[in-house]
Amino acid sequence: MEFDPVTDYPLGSRRPDLVSTPGGIPLAEVTLEALRADRIVGEEIRATPETLARQAEVAGAAGRPQLAENLARAAELASVPADVILEIYTALRPHRSTAAELDDWAGRLESDYGAPLAASFLREAQEVYAERGLLARAPGGPRIDRAAV
Amino acid sequence: MGCWRVLRAGHELTARRSRRFASREARELRKELLVRPYPELGLVAMNGPNDPDPELVVEEGEVVRLDGRSREEFDVLDHFLVRHGIDLEAAARAADLPDEEIACRLVDVDSPRRELVELSRGLTPARLARVVGLLDPVEMMFALRKLRARRRPANQAHVTNLKENPALLAADAAEAAARGFAEMETTVGVSRYAPLNAIALLVGSQTGRPGVMTQCAVEERRNLQLAIQGLVTYAETLSVYGTEPVFVDGDDTPWSKAFLASAYASRGVKVRFTSGGGSEALMGHAQGKSMLYLEARCLAVIRAAGSQGVQNGSISCVALELAVPGGTRAILAENLIAAWLDLEVASGNDAIASHSPIRKTAKLMGQFLPGTDFVTSGYSVMPRHDNTFGGGNYDADDLEEWLTIQRDWQVDAGIEPAGEEDVVVVRRKAARAVQAVFGAFGFPAVTDEEVEAATYGYSSDDLPDRDRAADVEAGDRVLAEGISGLDVARALDERGFTDVAEAILLMQRQRVSADYLQTASVIDSGGTVHSAVNDPNVYAGPGTGYRLEGERWELLRSLPYEIDPRALAGAGADGAPPVVRELGEAAPGERSDEVVVAVGPAFGSAILATINGLSHRDVLEAVVAGVREGGAEPRLVRVRRIADVAFIGHDGALLSGSGVAVGLQSKGTALIHRADLQPLDNLELFGMAPLLDLDSYRAIGRNAAGYALGSRVGPVPTQLDNFARAKLIVQTTLLHARETQAIVPNAPAVELEPAP
Repeated sequence: MEFDPVTDYPLGSRRPDLVSTPGGIPLAEVTLEALRADRIVGEEIRATPETLARQAEVAGAAGRPQLAENLARAAELASVPADVILEIYTALRPHRSTAAELDDWAGRLESDYGAPLAASFLREAQEVYAERGLLARAPGGPRIDRAAV
Repeated sequence: MGCWRVLRAGHELTARRSRRFASREARELRKELLVRPYPELGLVAMNGPNDPDPELVVEEGEVVRLDGRSREEFDVLDHFLVRHGIDLEAAARAADLPDEEIACRLVDVDSPRRELVELSRGLTPARLARVVGLLDPVEMMFALRKLRARRRPANQAHVTNLKENPALLAADAAEAAARGFAEMETTVGVSRYAPLNAIALLVGSQTGRPGVMTQCAVEERRNLQLAIQGLVTYAETLSVYGTEPVFVDGDDTPWSKAFLASAYASRGVKVRFTSGGGSEALMGHAQGKSMLYLEARCLAVIRAAGSQGVQNGSISCVALELAVPGGTRAILAENLIAAWLDLEVASGNDAIASHSPIRKTAKLMGQFLPGTDFVTSGYSVMPRHDNTFGGGNYDADDLEEWLTIQRDWQVDAGIEPAGEEDVVVVRRKAARAVQAVFGAFGFPAVTDEEVEAATYGYSSDDLPDRDRAADVEAGDRVLAEGISGLDVARALDERGFTDVAEAILLMQRQRVSADYLQTASVIDSGGTVHSAVNDPNVYAGPGTGYRLEGERWELLRSLPYEIDPRALAGAGADGAPPVVRELGEAAPGERSDEVVVAVGPAFGSAILATINGLSHRDVLEAVVAGVREGGAEPRLVRVRRIADVAFIGHDGALLSGSGVAVGLQSKGTALIHRADLQPLDNLELFGMAPLLDLDSYRAIGRNAAGYALGSRVGPVPTQLDNFARAKLIVQTTLLHARETQAIVPNAPAVELEPAP
């Protein structure tokens, strides 16, 4: 059955048939019995890019375009290793990256990870950072200590 | 206080002080400073003199001017907003509407939430602030009630302790979950504790109620790692500020924060941003703008970044916003704008707003009565000195007040009552569960002594000290070995905590289906997500939307400390024999030295003691003895036709040979009356029955004799306790009900004598 973003939410209760772990274990089989039988491991417990993309559709259908964009970026980032994601996050902080470095990250997101939305988001940042003086003066420029949150 | 003295010194040294002014100065309120607006530093709540006029100029499909700035002057927030935050079609529609018209729609039940949210997509931050500024506080509360994202309000708990004791964290989390908190957050004093605290919170929360979401507020990298390991489910550490310099001082930009939000979502973490008025002024770069205008900028950026929600309402700067005029109103306005922008709102009330309980609770009502997605951004379920967030605006000791206020207003502010026995059971179970998990992983043991102290203790002061070096090493192991939520579930299952293991599995399934990434999600104990998508607020006037009624009202109103008035002890004679005997109809007296002691319909029979616990036999003896001491002759009668003390006394006076009588109600209220006075007048009234003792009744008798004999009489000294009514009004009502039940309509008074 086709996915309907208006009627099929929550996926967990309405369309569990569409939800599985990255290794292909159906949601309904993420159980204590499966754990006892060693059929599931910790790394399997996460949303797949497909599930996140469906959640993006749900948000869009509910009239939340920006949340939909965020979740669509998340669907792309689901396949990007956490260390890489955190490196990119650091690169996006003020005065961390040159224009070339941000461009480089955007390129890698596109080519290595098939993440065009995230890539264009980085390019947009690069453009604004250049205008607002938020780029690093030199590669790997000075780090400003983070203020307490 | 230091500044205050300096400011006032010139007056204070010479002038004689009014003791009333001095008394008020000593109150809690005056520990905080109130200041006049100082717009240059951003110390102005809303409608600041330097706030820009709303402005949106579009040329060839591009925004060229926004709220007083040209394209060339845009800061990083403006750039983000024009790319992601303004819907030009909605803006075109909004351009045709006057501010007043939009403000009216906010409070019009016939103007649905969905249309207002659509309209908000075309409004600039200055316009949002200006429109909301047209509303008075009650209008804001109404609009907030209408615009909240999720149908039913909920609440969030803070769970921390100074010793970072895992048994106590688990016990507190379990109690909070059992009390209905939908989300709970912990944090750390020492960051290496984070994995252990996250595990304690996960185990405790799922012991109390499956489906509670948890977070451990730490640095982003560590936070993300905990989420990847399935130990936490949400994060609200993403702070946003309303001016570029403060944003950059916070080491972020709208792009970095939005990217981080996507990163969290990619790992199945629910994200809520954080903002709140006053932070820009506190950090020195308010650029002369009002707190509300800057917060409107934050909120516009937060929606543009694709966040499902925000915690705002000044948060940690609440005391600063309350220092300026209109601060409470501006904070409510912040929450309202957030809801209008279709964001889930966790509406502050976590940091201490004021030293004054009156003032901080007055502020709370702005969120409490309309209901928000999370009424507090962290109710401290433990005593505030264990709150390492620096929170504790409301804490463990305030719980019964919170529950009672919910009951008073018939309002659901997200906390459920729980009895002591149930709480003790769930606390012990959670502490035992975390003990089992620590045992399974070979972490430093949680001792039985810790379990007991966590179950019954007041705060971490009651817990033994742990080996903190060993604990943080265990925390490091959680990360190094990748100990996951599944591993925790397995450990619990193997040690007999199968139901808790099942609950943790339920949370792991949530991470796979990711339904809670939608706006304003909470998870019920069966694992179903309730969010603004499938359970939206559809309020459209009285009788619609979420109302506290039915089973939920029954649950929230039934407090463990309420009692059944039918079972209230001391309300009746309970079959004991009367202390007076009725002799027959009372005739008018003939002796001029007679004082009638007239008692109420139930006195000495259906009721045998006053509200102060004095037996009616003793009271009668005291009055009679007093009358005799005063040189008069007492005669006892019962007035049967009426229960009002004035008429009891006046009926007695009409029967009295001297025209003077003592009237006595069964609850102990007394007066001295005289036949020539109007019934509702009297010679002396003793309304404070709870304060009357036998000496008082004796003195009343003595004075009555004095009036009868025409002596010079000084009134009996009386005491005043203005709290007596609040304390005893229920008992008074019950006693008086028995008195009125004993009335025999139109029956004449009867003579009485003491029963043997």
